[in-house]
Amino acid sequence: MTVADLFAILPQTLLEGLLLGFVYAMVALGYTMVYGVLGLINFAHSEVFMIGAVIGLEVFRFWGNPESPVIANPFVLLLVALIFAAVGSGIMAVLVERFAYRPLRKRGSKNILVPMITAIGVSFLLQDLTRIYAALRHNEFNMQYRTYDALNQTFELPFQTIIQVKGIIIIVVSILMLIGLTYLVNRTKLGKAIRAVSQDIQTASLMGINPDVIISRTFLIGGSLGGVAGVLFGLLYTNVTPYSGVLPGLKAFTSAVLGGIGNIPGAMVGGLILGQLETLSGTYLPFLTNGNFGTEYKDVFAFLTLVLLLLFRPQGIFGQNVSEKV
Amino acid sequence: MSPFMLPFTVAFTALSVLGAFLAPENGLANLAVLVSVGLVSLGKLPTAWRSGLLAVLALALTILLRLNPNDKLAFYGLLGVLVAAFLLPNLSKLIRIALALAILFIAVPIAGLTNSFLFELGIQIGIFAALALGLNVVVGQAGLLDLGFAAFFAIGAYTWGIFGSPQAAQFIPGYPAEGLPGNYLYLFMALAVITAAITGVLIGLPALRLRGDYLAIVTLGLGEVVRVFANNLDKPLNITNGPQGITPINQPEVGPLAEFLRAIGAERLYGRPIDEPIAYAFFFYLLVLVVIGIVVLVNIRLANSRFGRAWVAIREDEIAAKAMGIPLLPTKLLAFATGAAFSGAMGAIFAAKQTFVSPESFTLQASINILAFVILGGMGSIGGAVVGAAAVTVLNIGILKDFSDLLNTWRQTGVTILGYNMANLPPQLNPAKYERLVFGLILILMMIFRPEGLIPEQRHRAELQEARQEAKEGGGK
Repeated sequence: MTVADLFAILPQTLLEGLLLGFVYAMVALGYTMVYGVLGLINFAHSEVFMIGAVIGLEVFRFWGNPESPVIANPFVLLLVALIFAAVGSGIMAVLVERFAYRPLRKRGSKNILVPMITAIGVSFLLQDLTRIYAALRHNEFNMQYRTYDALNQTFELPFQTIIQVKGIIIIVVSILMLIGLTYLVNRTKLGKAIRAVSQDIQTASLMGINPDVIISRTFLIGGSLGGVAGVLFGLLYTNVTPYSGVLPGLKAFTSAVLGGIGNIPGAMVGGLILGQLETLSGTYLPFLTNGNFGTEYKDVFAFLTLVLLLLFRPQGIFGQNVSEKV
Repeated sequence: MSPFMLPFTVAFTALSVLGAFLAPENGLANLAVLVSVGLVSLGKLPTAWRSGLLAVLALALTILLRLNPNDKLAFYGLLGVLVAAFLLPNLSKLIRIALALAILFIAVPIAGLTNSFLFELGIQIGIFAALALGLNVVVGQAGLLDLGFAAFFAIGAYTWGIFGSPQAAQFIPGYPAEGLPGNYLYLFMALAVITAAITGVLIGLPALRLRGDYLAIVTLGLGEVVRVFANNLDKPLNITNGPQGITPINQPEVGPLAEFLRAIGAERLYGRPIDEPIAYAFFFYLLVLVVIGIVVLVNIRLANSRFGRAWVAIREDEIAAKAMGIPLLPTKLLAFATGAAFSGAMGAIFAAKQTFVSPESFTLQASINILAFVILGGMGSIGGAVVGAAAVTVLNIGILKDFSDLLNTWRQTGVTILGYNMANLPPQLNPAKYERLVFGLILILMMIFRPEGLIPEQRHRAELQEARQEAKEGGGK
């Protein structure tokens, strides 16, 4: 492959990185918002994301059955799937907070390991509950999204780039959600309360904010974004398993840390950067190393980037340097 | 102390033992013995009576196990006595050591030489206990959450796996085609300790500059990096043989051990020849016991040393520790290297025991399982790490499997329970397949109801009580 060929596939690679990056960005927001209010890495968020993907899949299966479709139009079907996934994942996130994290908060343990280990436990529990559900309901582990010609139709863009209709949908939906979230956090009363709680829970509660309610809402919002991202992820890659939340979740968390955890624009930018890094390294590593180190090292690349970034800028790209309180 | 406690416990123990002897095949009688182990361990009894009863129970369980080597309940009972002997306060040192030695070196081999599953279980518990002890230094004592701990286990396993098998001949010209003979394992256990410790330092150097959550995620990522390398280093040079894994890995010679067993008349005693598989099972059982003994000793000595106290100081308050003149990074690195070294040694044994290593054994799931052992036992407590590993292993490859078998029998015979015909139970519901669910529940419930673990470390317990007190006084904000 010549250098010219390498440049020729660049636009297509960048576009694919963009799609992946938007999905990461939406999941990363869930991590970063919860971290903002609770200082907790919510490992269970990757499962909330996966459950969103499964809910979307079920909507497609029930109402989009090609023999007797309840909803024949795939676009309407997708909209319904997105709404159901947003609501379902949001509720799931709220339940997790209510039954796993709140009891810990009430007891007032100072050990930061306790909530994080609980989060890992919740994540395991949700994975296997989904596995039981998938086994009982469909008797399978790999669940496939339905494909629709209308969604797979392609358009040609300049520079020999091809985009599918679902790609356009992913970009549009993501941008709408990100704008909506930015508006919600910066312009509404709820957003103000969330920002207050993430600055200082005690002071916020003195100002007439009920922290429990705000934390619960934060989980709801983060969970809904995760659910929407789950459906888009399923649409993009078509295969969903009970464990398919783990790796994207990890990448999304990495993006959140890249951008500066707790920082909302940071999570978006971090997601977009990580999406690009991953697709670029996946495409170009085999060529640059003569096929000795292939696409399978793209995760290594992502993690090493994180380690390097944290070494030189531990607060992330957008994070502020917080000096330690003694 | 209730005046009835002592006579009741003695009577119950005597009756249950008698019942078990009269009807050794009856599950209920065995269960009663198990209950009396619990009664003797947890009831309020005078020390002398407790020691005596424990010894009697150990003897009775050993005889039961000899009569019926497939009696798993009796085996669990013995484990219970062992745990009790180690952890109950006020027992004299002599009794503890005598009980432990008798159970580990007499009772278990007696049954195990007929039913090698018991050795298998013992080896698994030993390997996991060593891993838990290693992680316990890092998470429990130094308070550094490491989510990629299986990486060190992998390094140890691959150290012997590559050089003790035909694998090394693939990339080193002139290497013996069959790999090094099995007896080199002992040398490579030492090498595995070193390579794992070096890996610990290499991973720790960047990671340990970070705090709490960041450390967790970076160790998780780097652990995955090690696994990805193990999975893909079959090209350009075939070092790890990729996802297929490496096999066959050489095992040390067990000829002398088998000779020895024959010489003491084991064949006549058991009425079966001492063949290779059983000799290997026994050999690895002994090897794991010796290594675990060393690891526990080192752990106890370290915990009470300058370094141990420095780790606890860092866990409690990093800034205060620094102010007291503890060099943070070297001390943390030492914790990482120590924990890694323990699991490296066990990795080499694991490779030899399985005669097979593949990246499958070292996933994130494995790291979190090890973490679950430490949490369940009690972070920072040495006895806790061992008990946690034993409890989860028994649950996983013992009880969950038995429960699955039981469900299967019900399904086939169509028993009706509470008006529900078990034959209708979907075959997908197989408890042995859902260990993540069980681990998840254990982690959540432990964190909510008993965050200090089954056998809390003294210091940690005091700290948690203080926090509870504060929360109470604060009126629950």
